[in-house]
Amino acid sequence: MDSVRSWLRRRIDSIQTDQQVRTDGGTASEVSQGERRSGLGRYLDSDAVESAPFWLPSFLLVGLFVYGAIVWNVIISLTDYEGLGDPQYASFDLENYRQMLQETGSYSFTNAFVNTIVLLVAFTLICLAFGLVVAILVDRDIRFENTFRTIYLLPMSLSFVVTAKMWLWMYSSNGGFVNRALGVVGIGPVNFIRNPDPNVQLAAVVFALIWQFSGYAMVVYLAGLRAIPDEHFEAARVDGASIVKMYWRVVIPQLRTATVSASVVLMVFGLKAFDFLRALYGNDTPAVGTDILPTYMVRVAFGDASRIAYGSAVAVVLFALAFSIVLPYLYSEYRRGAL
Amino acid sequence: MTQTRLDDDGLSLDRIGIYAILLGLVVFYLLPLEAGIVTSFKTMRAYGQTAPFLPALGGFTVAQWSSAVDQLSAGLFNSVLMAVPATVFSALLGSMTAYGLTNIDWRGQVGVYVLFVAGIFVPYQAVLVPLKRFWSQWAPLHIWLEPIWNLTGLGTDYAGLLALTITHIAYGIPICTLLFRSYYKSVSDEMVEAARLDGASIRRIYRRIILPLSVPMFAVTLIYQFTQIWNDLLFALIIVGPGDASVITQSLIGIGQSEAVTNFPLQMAAAFVTALPTLLVYIFFGEQFAKGVTA
Repeated sequence: MDSVRSWLRRRIDSIQTDQQVRTDGGTASEVSQGERRSGLGRYLDSDAVESAPFWLPSFLLVGLFVYGAIVWNVIISLTDYEGLGDPQYASFDLENYRQMLQETGSYSFTNAFVNTIVLLVAFTLICLAFGLVVAILVDRDIRFENTFRTIYLLPMSLSFVVTAKMWLWMYSSNGGFVNRALGVVGIGPVNFIRNPDPNVQLAAVVFALIWQFSGYAMVVYLAGLRAIPDEHFEAARVDGASIVKMYWRVVIPQLRTATVSASVVLMVFGLKAFDFLRALYGNDTPAVGTDILPTYMVRVAFGDASRIAYGSAVAVVLFALAFSIVLPYLYSEYRRGAL
Repeated sequence: MTQTRLDDDGLSLDRIGIYAILLGLVVFYLLPLEAGIVTSFKTMRAYGQTAPFLPALGGFTVAQWSSAVDQLSAGLFNSVLMAVPATVFSALLGSMTAYGLTNIDWRGQVGVYVLFVAGIFVPYQAVLVPLKRFWSQWAPLHIWLEPIWNLTGLGTDYAGLLALTITHIAYGIPICTLLFRSYYKSVSDEMVEAARLDGASIRRIYRRIILPLSVPMFAVTLIYQFTQIWNDLLFALIIVGPGDASVITQSLIGIGQSEAVTNFPLQMAAAFVTALPTLLVYIFFGEQFAKGVTA
């Protein structure tokens, strides 16, 4: 720390001397600077404007590609554009949204919506529970902690496309590991990926996603556990609380912030599962009934049907779903002063 | 960690139990990778005859790997061409944005910052249709930059790759800004204030104080961002589409699809060729990756 401080000192000193050299020779610019200190001039000199070169380019990029695109998408969702020529921005209606609610069956919006909720809730809850248990185990002063942590987090660094290929092989009913293991106890072989029951397929997908992301929940919880002062553990022990009671009453309530931020991030990853499903099924259409909103949207908008405006409307719903989770989280972070 | 959290010292049954569970978890997390690696070195015959997680001593071959590298080399090249500049620029812009919104105090900066942070959570689907139209109708790089595609001999397909790079930069800025901001908050305000009182301009403070201090954070951000961009499929599918400029995740999906019998050894070899850059980055910089995901 001290070395950093003295290094900073030296830096500032060097800047100072640089600056002095410059002001010595620059009387003209000093005068013009003095003149500008009124009205518009003062505004132009303000920190917001002076710092603009740093944040404005990013702001424009994000404004155009993220927010501009979101607004444009909402507008397209109100048209009946199907990919030929330009969208007609003359008349707007909610026809696409009405169609969404009317569709029924295994390739419908309703089915995809329900699947999305089931996948997100199951995936997030199991990841959190599993991650918490592992974090508690790793937190008990074990050796090679870093090695364990590195291995548990490894699947998260892999692409969905890669992990989908691996699980395709794990689940294969033609010699894959899972079916071999089930065969030992006399079950199967089960066709997980192309099972006629969509629930089996979804469960297989959720299991693979948990494999990939529970390490993340573990790392977040481990950091949360480390932030709890040792005295709290000590006090609970002096009170004679059992280990289970200590964690339930003392430790877990203090992990609220870790839980909230981990679940938001996990849900965002859950919504990116498009890549996973796409790689698993190899084309636009997942097997019957396993659509989630992200795959459904891409299929209706960019598949053979090319119902672009309808796809935009589905995307609006997906966006609303994501932000109904994210906005309360951001607001609470803002209140906490963490932004 | 202090001893207070321990209920017992040394090797008791409890401790052995914990280590057994942790080792079991190691098997759980590594098994799909291990099964993939051993399978990728098997001949099709050995693959049919051996257990998925055991190496085949008789039927060892690197043919699957050389075939996978052959089929993926174009995608590998395109992915590097796209991911490296996209990573560097989004990290650099993120650092500058965080500096402008953190170390320089001005009214309303939190509002601007919230817009950046919210951008992290936008599902890509919500912007796909407009992005596709933007790059094909409004900013047709294949027409605008035609001389470049002709001169370099890359062909107009690569306009899509450039569009993808720019899109990834825009979508990387929010998370990079967040990572750098949490770091810059810990930089002492007094230092910046003192430098300003001494007459240093905002640009000079960034170049001489903030940037040199940011090196460890650049490592974290570059690693996280590279992994994210390399691994993405959806943007590439929509913006680049099929053609010469396909990135590696696109090529991986199509591998082994046309064959009548699923060639898992080839698919596994291809999966590892695709994962290799991120695996190497993770093995050498795992610590930084962990910091990136938990920030």
